[in-house]
Amino acid sequence: MMKPLVLLVDDEVPFVETMTKRLEKRDLIVNTASSGQEALEVLDKSRNTDVVILDVKMPGMDGIETLGKIKKSFPLTEVVMLTGHATVESAIEGMKNGAYDYLMKPCDIEQLMLKVQEATQKKRNHEEKIREAKVREAMSRHGLA
Amino acid sequence: MNQDKDTHNGYYYSLTRNMLLVIILVAITPMIVVSSIILYQFDISYHEKVQAHLEELVLKHKQQIDSFLRQRLGDIRLLTSTFSLEELRNESFLRDRLELLQQIYGPVFVDLGIINSRGIQVAYAGPFKLGQAHYSDAKWFQMAMKSDYYKSDVFLGLRGLPHFIIAVKENCCGEEWIFRATIDFVAFNNLVENIRIGETGFAFILNRKGEFQTKPLFDLIPNKEPYTDFLGDSDKFKGGVRIIERDDESGNRVIYVGALLKHGEWLLVYQQKASDAFSDLRRTLRVTIAIVVLAGICIVVIAFIISRRMVNRVAEADREKEMITEQVVETGKLASVGELASGIAHEINNPVAIMVEEAGWIEDLLEEEEFREGKNLDEFKRALEQIRTQGRRCKEITHKLLSFARKTDSRIQNVQLNDLVEELIALSAQRAKFANVDINVNLQENLPILHVSQTELQQILLNLINNALDAMEKTGGNLAISTHLEEGHIIVGVADNGPGIPESNIARIFDPFFTTKPVGKGTGLGLSICYGIIKKMGGDIVVRSKVNSGTTFSVKIPLPEEKMPKQSTT
Repeated sequence: MMKPLVLLVDDEVPFVETMTKRLEKRDLIVNTASSGQEALEVLDKSRNTDVVILDVKMPGMDGIETLGKIKKSFPLTEVVMLTGHATVESAIEGMKNGAYDYLMKPCDIEQLMLKVQEATQKKRNHEEKIREAKVREAMSRHGLA
Repeated sequence: MNQDKDTHNGYYYSLTRNMLLVIILVAITPMIVVSSIILYQFDISYHEKVQAHLEELVLKHKQQIDSFLRQRLGDIRLLTSTFSLEELRNESFLRDRLELLQQIYGPVFVDLGIINSRGIQVAYAGPFKLGQAHYSDAKWFQMAMKSDYYKSDVFLGLRGLPHFIIAVKENCCGEEWIFRATIDFVAFNNLVENIRIGETGFAFILNRKGEFQTKPLFDLIPNKEPYTDFLGDSDKFKGGVRIIERDDESGNRVIYVGALLKHGEWLLVYQQKASDAFSDLRRTLRVTIAIVVLAGICIVVIAFIISRRMVNRVAEADREKEMITEQVVETGKLASVGELASGIAHEINNPVAIMVEEAGWIEDLLEEEEFREGKNLDEFKRALEQIRTQGRRCKEITHKLLSFARKTDSRIQNVQLNDLVEELIALSAQRAKFANVDINVNLQENLPILHVSQTELQQILLNLINNALDAMEKTGGNLAISTHLEEGHIIVGVADNGPGIPESNIARIFDPFFTTKPVGKGTGLGLSICYGIIKKMGGDIVVRSKVNSGTTFSVKIPLPEEKMPKQSTT
């Protein structure tokens, strides 16, 4: 399997830095962003991002809003929410709006890895199906099927 | 605080006073005004009535006395014009005439006499031996000689008894003769003496010199005001009667009514003390004043009671308002403390997360070849593990803080009630020990799994247990917690043997903000939140309490509908 491409979004820069190192060490390709707006820009540049790890509580555009925009512009990209306890409700809200799962901060790295891998798998499967469907469509159009 | 109380008392005191004054003023003023006006009008009309009555009385008597004198004079003139002097000089004839007069008029005529121009009585009929009496020096004789007829003042005369004389001058035989009749003083006196009203009203007659012509009922000095006043100015007698009011020497107000008699020679005086004449008025005045005073007292008492009651009510309302304000402030404070706690917890959570990640990173790095052989590798790993453990602990603390501040987690979970109860008892054990409370647990085994929010159920039961412990804090006692299964429900009982809840409070204990705890200790929200949660779950909460013997709360939790009770052991 190709290395999953992950975008880590959190306003806490030290957290992002350390987490990036740890995730890279676990064979992920990691992009980072420190705000919702930046996350959207980065996603726009690297459209094959598999999973976004998104902090719920951020200044400016918060996690839920960012999630909405991500899901609108990049519907295939999966999102894992990170939350403090106080924002469990917003995590639930996020899941209703299409997030793949949520984790509470500070989270266990192995758990996070598991979620990321699952999410990547799901996304890739999804892409695969789309590709197959496209192929089928193309073939039918050319009268091959 | 004391100062505060004092100013409060001062405020209520002045409020009471103002209210009292306003009520009294508003109630008493019209009463006094109305009764004064009525009394004044009554006084005036009563005065007029009494004066009119007295005037009438005196006028009537004046006419009566005048007509009496006129008639007596008429009688004598009739006699002298009917009979000749010769006939009258005959003493036996004269005696017959006297007897006849006395038969007709009673003992009014005392005697009859005929006097010649030299003043010698030539004939006499009567009880006194006055034949040949010499009258030439008597004043009445001199006066009688000057006019055709004459009525004298009262005098003692030769006989030494008060009497007065009616004299008629006749011309006969070239000589002037006087025919005179003596009028009995007693008979005349009766005319005036009969005028008696009340206790102090009486009448008498004075002559121009201020001498009594009748005997007054009481001793008085005639030669002074106002009698001289009456005699001095005869023009002021309107319609024959004059009325004045004066203070006598002892300070009593006296009404004097005067009328002139005998062509202004005599004065008929009627006098009465004003207090006597107006006794009815006085009585009315006294009754009125008594009523006004009584009504005034009633008004004051009622005003006092009303204002006291009103102010007490105001004070009570103020107190309630104060209490509610304090509770609201308290609640607000709690809420803001909650906000603060949640903020702090969140802020701490992030650095802790970073620290844990850094530790994790070091752990990751330790996996690298170069560190594998480091002699302190194990020690590093232990330290990192410790950091992770402590990080988790921090996380737990902040999460608890957040769960205190935030709304409860209302996610529906599978809950084994007995486990939950035991957990709570363990939590409360320490407090119970300090409060000297024994906890008895009686749990029915094999209870079905409930399908409710664990935190909410926890909150309800913890609240009930805490309330029970609060109730028994001072006295100690027993806390009995039980669970048992009933048709479709699990019942949790929390029973204490504390002081109980008074009946008057039972109905209100689930009301928001109702608390019997001192201000600052309870928000009055606990049971009301419990009630709300229980109702939302579709359950019920019931309280039974008896003062001095304890309180039992029963919480009824519905079983999940589709599931049959499982017979699993716990």
